[in-house]
Amino acid sequence: MASIHAFRNAPAPGEPSTGRRRAGKLAIRGLSKSFGGSVVYDDFNLELPLGSFISIFGPNGCGKSTLINMISGLAPMDAGDALYDGRTTRETKISYVFQNYREALFPWMRAIDNIEYPLKVMGTPKAERRRRVEAVVAEFDVKFDLAAYPYALSGGQQQTISILRALVTEPEVLFLDEPFSALDYEMTLLMRQQLQKIFMKRRITTLLVSHDLEEAIELAEKLVLLTRRPTRVAEIVDVDLPWPRDSLVTTSEAFIALKRRCLETFWREVKAAP
Amino acid sequence: MIWWAVYTGGLINRDLLPSPITTISKTVSQILSGALNEDFNSTLWRVACSIAIAVVAGVPIGIVLGAKASVYRSVEFLIDFFRSTPATAMFPLFLLLFGLGDAAKIAVAAFAAWLVIVFNVAYGVLNARRTRILAAQSMGASLPMIFFDVIFFETLPQIFVGLRNAVSIALVVIIVAEMFIGATDGLGHRIIDAQISYELPDMYGSILVAGAMGYGLNLLILLLESRLVHWSGR
Ligand SMILES: Nc1ncnc2c1ncn2[C@@H]1O[C@H](COP(=O)(O)OP(=O)(O)OP(=O)(O)O)[C@@H](O)[C@H]1O
Ligand SMILES: [Mg+2]
Repeated sequence: MASIHAFRNAPAPGEPSTGRRRAGKLAIRGLSKSFGGSVVYDDFNLELPLGSFISIFGPNGCGKSTLINMISGLAPMDAGDALYDGRTTRETKISYVFQNYREALFPWMRAIDNIEYPLKVMGTPKAERRRRVEAVVAEFDVKFDLAAYPYALSGGQQQTISILRALVTEPEVLFLDEPFSALDYEMTLLMRQQLQKIFMKRRITTLLVSHDLEEAIELAEKLVLLTRRPTRVAEIVDVDLPWPRDSLVTTSEAFIALKRRCLETFWREVKAAP
Repeated sequence: MIWWAVYTGGLINRDLLPSPITTISKTVSQILSGALNEDFNSTLWRVACSIAIAVVAGVPIGIVLGAKASVYRSVEFLIDFFRSTPATAMFPLFLLLFGLGDAAKIAVAAFAAWLVIVFNVAYGVLNARRTRILAAQSMGASLPMIFFDVIFFETLPQIFVGLRNAVSIALVVIIVAEMFIGATDGLGHRIIDAQISYELPDMYGSILVAGAMGYGLNLLILLLESRLVHWSGR
């Protein structure tokens, strides 16, 4: 297990500690990316605090997925780098939850084996794997049959499996690309609550791409608003709302004011001449 | 049914087409008496050997070829060329290489089946969904892990398509080989023997049995597939 904890960010001696939050930053510098001549990013820079929940919102096709794919190491950058507290993506323990759970889970494995698989990849011994899967399953109070194959489960249950599979390795950074957009409304609301619980408990650096502004604000501590291509940061909005973000919070004056402000920025950027 | 209609209607000379009842009753009695067993078993054995060789040598090579589109493109022509060449045209070559015995027959059939399997597996790998591979990559899986734990399963349905085609081709090649290259047993040998000695019910019966073997093998593979690839189409 040394490999998992080795990268844990204990503050270096002499460095001020900020309680249980990580002091470090995610620094994206000089990022460029084009697809066959069409520029998505050109010298893009962004700095975000680690240990917080970050939502990313922007116009269709502006490159939200491309951004988190690049900084999570799933896709190459043309230029630039992303450093987590000075460490590269490879040196950071990362988990990724895909939008399309149907195509991201392994249908030839039972749900429980799907959750266990990343530990197998890491070379964790069998007994320890079982123990950690049981721990994460107990932590999130899973009520459905984990011996089932993914295709026999509902969409929400499948995405729960994806999230547990991402959490079982105790990642430092969790990426989610529109994780709930294929679910019905009720399930989406439940999953948002679930994600809040996870964040409040573990304070994992979480980067969520969402096409739903309400969702982006509800879950965020920092909301990154992106422009149209070539994509820049339009605004980074601090979301200083209390946790948990229950319906009282999401219908409060403060929430609605934030939403109005984000929408104004969004419309200004969408309507701006390219 | 058609056979029956044609026979009773006398559309074809009865010397060429025996009554289906005679044929079937004779065939059944031969099956029961075990007279067919030896030929049936030796054909089945040859087909099984060639398929085993084709799978063991074909699946890994297909996966490796399919892994990189550029590698596949570079050998695509060769595979397509040999796939289009009738395997039976290569009997003389294999006879030179392997002699007159079983080895030559099995080798030709294995070669033809191997091509089909390589092609199908490579095609399956080339068209494997990216998301699961990405998911495994994001967990830090090594290349061998991605191949054995993800791409292999992802390709399994296509492997079965290849397998079914390979079995039908192997059966054809083996039967033809048994007819024309010095066989002393096998259904092909039995068919040609019956034809030469004008034992027509015996000939038709053997053809039926060969067909049943092909159908049975196909069914067996389908059954295996539905057990093994339980997730397909869901
Ligand atoms: N592999 C690729 N090849 C070519 N173009 C691509 C590729 N991936 C993305 N693009 C293009 O880059 C742009 C950004 O794509 P991306 O998927 O990152 O956008 P997005 O903000 O996530 O969009 P959406 O809101 O649809 O999820 C799009 O215009 C897309 O067409
Ligand atoms: Mg996207």
